[in-house]
Amino acid sequence: MTTNQPILEVKDLVTAFQTRHGDFNAVDNVSLSLTPGKLMCLVGESGSGKSVLSRSILQLVDKPGKIVSGEILLHDAHPAASSDKVETLDLAALNPRGSVMRNIRGRDIAMIFQEPMSSLSPVHKIGNQIAESAMLHEGISKSQAMERAVDMLRQVEISNPEKAVNQYPFEFSGGMRQRAMIAMALVCSPKILIADEPTTALDVTIQAEILDLLQNLKQTHNMAIMFITHDMGVVAEIADDVAVMKNGKIVEVGGVRDIFSNPNHGYTKSLLRAAQDTQKPSDRRIEIRRARPLGDPILSAKSIGKEFLSSHGFLGLKKETFVAVDDASFELREGESLGVVGESGSGKTTLARCIQRIHGIDRGELHYRNRAGVETELSRLRDKELQPTWREIRTVFQDPFASLNPRMTVSQIISEPLLLNGMTSKRQRRDRVEELLDLVGLPVESMERFPHAFSGGQRQRISIARAIAPEPRVLIADEATSALDVSIRVQIMDLLLELQHKLNISYIFISHDVGLVRFFCDRVMVMYKGKIVEAGDTESVCTDPEHPYTKALLSAVPITDPSERGTKVRHRYVADLSDVSANGSV
Amino acid sequence: MSNSLDQSSPMEFAEATQWQLMWRRFKKHKVALLSLYIVLLFYVVAAFSEFFQTYDPEETSRRDVFHPPQMIRLFEVNDAGNRQFRPHVLGMNLERDPITLASNYAVDPEERIYVTLFGRSDPYLLLGFIPMERRLIAAVDSDEKFFLFGADRLGRDMWSRTIAGTRVSMSIGLVGVALSLFLGTLIGGMAGYLGGWVDAVSTRAIELILSMPTIPIWLGLSATIPPNIDPLLRYFAITIILSLIGWTELARVVRGRFLALRTEDFVTAARLDGASPKRVIFRHMMPSLVSHIIASVSLAIPAMILAETSLSFLGLGLQQPTISWGVLLQESQNIRSIAQAPWLFVPGAFVMLVVLALNFLGDGLRDAADPYSQHSI
Repeated sequence: MTTNQPILEVKDLVTAFQTRHGDFNAVDNVSLSLTPGKLMCLVGESGSGKSVLSRSILQLVDKPGKIVSGEILLHDAHPAASSDKVETLDLAALNPRGSVMRNIRGRDIAMIFQEPMSSLSPVHKIGNQIAESAMLHEGISKSQAMERAVDMLRQVEISNPEKAVNQYPFEFSGGMRQRAMIAMALVCSPKILIADEPTTALDVTIQAEILDLLQNLKQTHNMAIMFITHDMGVVAEIADDVAVMKNGKIVEVGGVRDIFSNPNHGYTKSLLRAAQDTQKPSDRRIEIRRARPLGDPILSAKSIGKEFLSSHGFLGLKKETFVAVDDASFELREGESLGVVGESGSGKTTLARCIQRIHGIDRGELHYRNRAGVETELSRLRDKELQPTWREIRTVFQDPFASLNPRMTVSQIISEPLLLNGMTSKRQRRDRVEELLDLVGLPVESMERFPHAFSGGQRQRISIARAIAPEPRVLIADEATSALDVSIRVQIMDLLLELQHKLNISYIFISHDVGLVRFFCDRVMVMYKGKIVEAGDTESVCTDPEHPYTKALLSAVPITDPSERGTKVRHRYVADLSDVSANGSV
Repeated sequence: MSNSLDQSSPMEFAEATQWQLMWRRFKKHKVALLSLYIVLLFYVVAAFSEFFQTYDPEETSRRDVFHPPQMIRLFEVNDAGNRQFRPHVLGMNLERDPITLASNYAVDPEERIYVTLFGRSDPYLLLGFIPMERRLIAAVDSDEKFFLFGADRLGRDMWSRTIAGTRVSMSIGLVGVALSLFLGTLIGGMAGYLGGWVDAVSTRAIELILSMPTIPIWLGLSATIPPNIDPLLRYFAITIILSLIGWTELARVVRGRFLALRTEDFVTAARLDGASPKRVIFRHMMPSLVSHIIASVSLAIPAMILAETSLSFLGLGLQQPTISWGVLLQESQNIRSIAQAPWLFVPGAFVMLVVLALNFLGDGLRDAADPYSQHSI
């Protein structure tokens, strides 16, 4: 085994998209090589050309994109189906729709995608989907291919694979589907696997398992893996080599330890700083707390619960409900940041919407003490009666593209709450909007523009300006930074901290990212299946978790330091094995 | 086109309203743009139809029964042998075949009827109240007659009748859709915004109405209109019958948009800003809906026009003396018209042209209405 010989070499590759303003080079003069048994991580922010690069290798670039120049040399390629003849080919010179390219895809180079929900065909059985590629490329019989499929499912650690081959994708959970995708990619034992953000859509506990799996498969199959990600934590966890991409160019390549301990390029440094900053408590927050200690509790929930109707049953006779939030109690103090962490479906967002009273509350009580010191019970109030409270408790939504009305200008959007709360003078509103824009760091000229003219981070600033317009005391940030790139995420977090300092706002900060919560929050609640399983000071929960789920969650969070790789013991939360129960074998 | 777009600076783009963005996208759709001009032209003709007619559409002439169409010739050769600009039509003489006694019109190259723009004509009332004596095209000698689209069995001028029919046929689309729009947005909007039992009841009602075969329902309903009723009343009765079924499609569109928008974060944000339900609907949701509604309205108008045409053609819609394209097409129901006077089908061509133009226009508007479609701006 000559492990140091590269299997794939990309040389001076340029992939351009034709636009009205001339060609735009999405991949600009990129050279890199993949070696068997090594995992190369490709990192960069959205729009940096990572995906286009990976798709260029397989000639899968969507129109109007086109490979303009450069070489992609694949050694030991199988140009003909059902034949073991091998040769070295330049993939960039092949016809994207030709039979040679088709034979190479899947057999020599396989790819897995970000979204496991949409990359499996919903109407075909898992087994058939896996077997198909083996039958196409190696010309083996159906029964042989099915045997191979069972074997592959066993390799990707799906329990009871004999049963799983006869199931449909909808019977699988997200993690299982991604495993099935990997099985499908590996069925022809490709020498190269390209994984385009394969864990981004998954919960952190499942992500950890998939990363382990890829690591194992890399060794057992001696594969070269190209792993695309924006998460430096994942890079530190699995990479052998790292390539950092920015604006279509590779700015730095090297071994993972070198890059992390001694980054050369400024961009790599800023990426690393952004990732490592959010692994520990924010210095600024501690500073703010020292200057102004936390006040009295202003919001307290007493075992609130929320159910959703999941089925009416026949003629509404047999109603089934789904408990989204169960028996949640907490207190929020003045000037405090309270974090809520949990994976998707754990009820974080529902809890936020109950506190904001966007939803009704089915059980329990929610008390709010307003600025004047008057306490109100919110859980039974109607929209009209909630108006004064809605001025003091505000929400910043997750998706910066959906939360701003596309038909209104920025100044109209921000002045809407002002207008509705009695600020009738146009001049006054204008002055206040200017003041707010300044506070969130946007230029005054933004006022007359429409949301479509802003980037995600800027839109989130507009959202924040709208939220703080009526001088709220509580701000609920529901995954307010998860749609943003890492470097912009840090800026928004800093902005929120500054606002807390200036305006004495309490935050309820909802996130799936434990690192961010640790950075930002004084206290944290861990939610699991609608219940708050653990709550306490962020540092003590993060360093010494009590509940087994919290342990599992924390141990799954990748650490942004490759030298600590393998030092951590991974916990598995048994009740969390929904993968297995969905399979019906438990 | 793309040139003018390129010149627009990013600032202009940033401050462009949704309507401006929509117009920019719409302009790229050449067929839709052409259709827009055609539709506008038809509505102008419909509004001032008397001016565009050449004669009174009711004026009969025994000498001109089934007179064939005459083409306007722009130039003539004068006595000195020079070509000069003098628009005219060639006269036609009625001849009878001595054996079969069939009547035939023969072109008489010597007889020229000169026509002119804005020529003097019999006095008429524009829009029913403005006295006028000039028409767009008229014979220089106002006693002479010419037939651009031929004449029907009573010697009435088909050009004037088709133009007169434009007003009724185009307006019945608008009036009918206006009524449908009112019912549709009200019911669809309530169903979409309120949800619950209101939604359930109205959706079931829409499904019920849509499941009924439309032509028999129209026939049944219009059969109940008394035959000797005032033509204007009959016109309104027909629009009501057409929109009684037409509102369902619009209601479905509006309900769907409301349902989709209701859960959008920006609508929730407006509610939290303290906006009343009325303000949420009209200030925040409606502006996003208007463009979609306009698009579906422009797709609903041709359906109305076709429905009116079919009903009138079958003799159950509008009736003489009201002139609409459907009423005119009634004349072409027999074999004689196909054999002898194919020009009686001209109103049918107008129906097709208008329906096609409105459909293309609607498609173009619908494509342009989506603010975040993939098209670059």
